[in-house]
Amino acid sequence: MIYLDNAATTQMKPPTVATAMLEALSSYGNSGRGGHAGALSAARTIYETREKLAALLGCPRADHVCFTSNSTQALNTAISGLLGPGDHVISTDWEHNSVLRPLYRLREQGAEVDFVPAGRNGRLDYAAFARLLRPHTKAVVCTHASNLTGDVVEIGRVGRFAREHGLLFLLDASQTAGVLPIDMTAQGIDVVCFTGHKGLMGPQGTGGLCLREGVEIRPLAVGGTGVQSYSETQPREYPTRLEAGTLNGHGLAGLNAALDFLRETGTGVIYAHEDALASRFVRRVRDLPGVTVYGDWAASLRAPIVTLNIAGWDSAQVSDQLAERFGIATRPGAHCAPRLHRCLGTEEQGAVRFSWSYFNTEAETDAAAAAVGILAREAL
Amino acid sequence: MRERQKKCVVTFRTTAGAMSMESACKAAGLPGRLIPAPRSVTAGCGLCWAAPPDSREALEELVMKKHLDVEGIYAIIF
Repeated sequence: MIYLDNAATTQMKPPTVATAMLEALSSYGNSGRGGHAGALSAARTIYETREKLAALLGCPRADHVCFTSNSTQALNTAISGLLGPGDHVISTDWEHNSVLRPLYRLREQGAEVDFVPAGRNGRLDYAAFARLLRPHTKAVVCTHASNLTGDVVEIGRVGRFAREHGLLFLLDASQTAGVLPIDMTAQGIDVVCFTGHKGLMGPQGTGGLCLREGVEIRPLAVGGTGVQSYSETQPREYPTRLEAGTLNGHGLAGLNAALDFLRETGTGVIYAHEDALASRFVRRVRDLPGVTVYGDWAASLRAPIVTLNIAGWDSAQVSDQLAERFGIATRPGAHCAPRLHRCLGTEEQGAVRFSWSYFNTEAETDAAAAAVGILAREAL
Repeated sequence: MRERQKKCVVTFRTTAGAMSMESACKAAGLPGRLIPAPRSVTAGCGLCWAAPPDSREALEELVMKKHLDVEGIYAIIF
């Protein structure tokens, strides 16, 4: 199988990830629950993972890296813990349901939400950020890159806008952490929500939030923390405030090893490889009769994603043919990005998404392009 | 593209529903496989169970017998 569904999860991990997890499974105690060797091993690894993530994402304090089980949980924590009835929020048409559904729920509770529109070509209208501003606007919540097209938001620009107007800036980095540069301090980001199993190359079940100092989030869950046990309320200190219950120590041991791989290999080198493969693929397919490629290919920075359709064929059928006849794994359908599909006019057809990781090769990319060529010829 | 073929397709409200269908069909020896759900039968980004066109009755029986949580059963060309 040629795996080109890395925007959903990276299938190939650095071998050290599995080794670290296996070792953790047979040696870890519960981090923060006791002072014996096993508990301390888990606690040390988890803290080390915080330090590595803080360094990668420009988070000023390692103890402001709080772990959750994925990006969705991190986004829910940030959105429902910072915003409430009476607040106004600016978001975009590019968002994934992990941002949209918490915002829609917030709207039901009395908040107001506006979306920076995307045009028929999918591009964001940046001037709309200022147009949508209201006296009670409290935050901007947006993705770093569309999980549908791979187009990238100019987060430095959004960060400046947020700072100029005293707004919180919450970034969904699900598609970009470990792939594109993020510096929350330099780019004016208050909260970065990330998942461990995509570009960070760790296991599923890991993710979290990086917080700027001074950001006060109401926790989504409260409970056991191993500290301040006689207090009736959740500890106020980060990261414990947002980490009720046992952490996924085994998973975080894997993420820790993945972060070492990213640092040793270099995220710039990783991105250059992935971007080269996506660009190679798009050069081979975009001019094929019947093939429509979505996204802004004039942009200098893109997530390694190519999304296309073949004539009027249902994307589910194209994806199924790619899997069954050519052994190529892609993702069809709506990609949990309903607003952008509406903008692109692909609500009915869906679209077929190809997405690359560092472990994909030119040969795999060329095989995928050849398969698209065959299907496109057959569709004529 | 291959010629489209007639299929009997079962859709689900959840991925867990699709998994229970596959498991039940395997146990009962009913033919079919999970495929990406065509837009014509569902608005989700999920899976559906695609079976030969003449299997509707057997699938309906299985759904009733095992109390499987299905959204609908359709005859489609895919």
